[in-house]
Amino acid sequence: MTVKDDQRHHQPHDLLQAIGGAPAPAGDLVVEATGVQKYFGRLHVLKGVTLSVRRRETVIVIGASGSGKTTFLRCINHLEKIQGGRIAVNGHLIGYREGNGKLVEDRERNIAAQRQEIGMVFQRFNLFPHLTALENIMEAPVRVRRMPEGEARTTAEALLERVGLAFKRDAYPAQLSGGQQQRVAIARALAMKPALMLFDEPTSALDPEMIGEVLDVMEELAHEGMTMIVVSHEMGFAREAADRVAFMDDGVILEEGEPATLFENPQNPRTKEFLSKIL
Amino acid sequence: MTSADRSQTRPRRPSALLIGAALLLVLLVLAGCGSRQPSSYVYNWSIFWDSLLRPSPRIINGLMLTVTIAVISQIIGVILGIIGALGRLAKFRPARYLANVYVWIFRGTPLLVQIMFLYYGLLVTRIYGWPDFTVMGITLGSAIQAGIFALGVNEGAYMTEIVRAGILSVDPGQLEAARSLGMTYPLAMRRIVLPQAARVIVPPLGNEFNNMLKTTSLLFIVAVPELFVTFTQLNGSGSASFHPFELFLACACWFLLLTTIWSIIQAFIERRVGRGFGGERPPGIFDRLFGVRMGRLFNPVPRVSGGR
Repeated sequence: MTVKDDQRHHQPHDLLQAIGGAPAPAGDLVVEATGVQKYFGRLHVLKGVTLSVRRRETVIVIGASGSGKTTFLRCINHLEKIQGGRIAVNGHLIGYREGNGKLVEDRERNIAAQRQEIGMVFQRFNLFPHLTALENIMEAPVRVRRMPEGEARTTAEALLERVGLAFKRDAYPAQLSGGQQQRVAIARALAMKPALMLFDEPTSALDPEMIGEVLDVMEELAHEGMTMIVVSHEMGFAREAADRVAFMDDGVILEEGEPATLFENPQNPRTKEFLSKIL
Repeated sequence: MTSADRSQTRPRRPSALLIGAALLLVLLVLAGCGSRQPSSYVYNWSIFWDSLLRPSPRIINGLMLTVTIAVISQIIGVILGIIGALGRLAKFRPARYLANVYVWIFRGTPLLVQIMFLYYGLLVTRIYGWPDFTVMGITLGSAIQAGIFALGVNEGAYMTEIVRAGILSVDPGQLEAARSLGMTYPLAMRRIVLPQAARVIVPPLGNEFNNMLKTTSLLFIVAVPELFVTFTQLNGSGSASFHPFELFLACACWFLLLTTIWSIIQAFIERRVGRGFGGERPPGIFDRLFGVRMGRLFNPVPRVSGGR
């Protein structure tokens, strides 16, 4: 069997086993966002977004470009500041401390510690080009979690194996296809044993023939019980893997529900209009 | 095969011819110098060859001093450059102002003036007297210290701009990815951003150090006995006195040797920091010295990356 065949028939499996099982229970609600407000200068991007995600749940956020999906996702690990509302992950406020009834931005060190619990996968992969696939995955566990190098290597190899890229362990990102890069990026985020995974349009920078291999990994992850928020327009994936779909429009979540219900029978006219364009 | 094809697959080889012609020209000029204009100057080529092939301890000392000063000053410059660049890119305003003022002053005034001011200016006013300083059994005199300091601080201003450009060349997504993995800003800078910025920083850094090797000769103004001062002194007194033609030609050869060795080291470093980036390999040493792509002579068709 050639390498190419091997890739195509690879079925991701036991992804979470590679990092020691599903994340430890930490209360039922993993994400609690209430009334999140965000401005870019004068532009009002998020106008009170409220969303709760339970443990082991996969929520897909859809909506037209410019509706604030990606911005909202980036607020959840405080890559963006928020100007109103609050976001808590595992019961801890993200990016802010409560002082005298007001929210004050937290210290850099605390924010960094919170981000360790939140994995993020980017549209443009953002792998570290000067490190090999294996080093990309090992970097944060060793440098941030202070995991012994041997242990980090074992975990990283197990993760690479499970996303079907064991044979690319020493390749640099420039030597990988887009789909392969994104799978390494998912493994890199998983290596930190996050309680929550955020996916920011993980397949929209990929050539069509590579979308499947990435979605397979994500689907497997959802079925294994990872808590995930995914910004994506992959309707097939939403049907297959999502517990809930949220439709965002003009900075608010207009409607949410189970994929079958929302896709077949949308209530809001804006949702209907959007779905009629993409389905 | 069309003519266009041929020109691609059979590059011209101007290298050996051109270099040979250039060398011949130099020799002719040298030989002609004496005969054209009647002059009482008597060439003593053994002074030239001796200072090159059997250098006296004074010359060796000067050479070592030049290299030492250049290396220490450049290290100071790089450290200050990184600090300055992080300052210029900082969110904290006073840090930005401080870094900007630093670059403004040291890039805006002549190095020679800075050397004089930092040595004599501080010395005479007793602001700082540059007391002797001993590390690992070697005592550094006041002029050398002041010289290293001046060169380093001046270099730091230029390195600030170079490092800043390097950091800005790194995709902002890299810092975001690092931070989303829980890295703090300093860790992300050190492990993720700066190693990538290095690819952009190293080529101009190499040029800076090449300059630095030569700029050390400005320390003649505070009488630091580096290479240039040594030859000036040899020209001034002793058995080789008043043979500036041979002496400074030899002096130039020594500097050329230093910068040539550095070019080789630089080529090696550039290949190393370029790992993982693909694209065209940095030019090798031959290309650097003579501007000819040796690789093209043997492998004229550019390799296409990603082909099967």
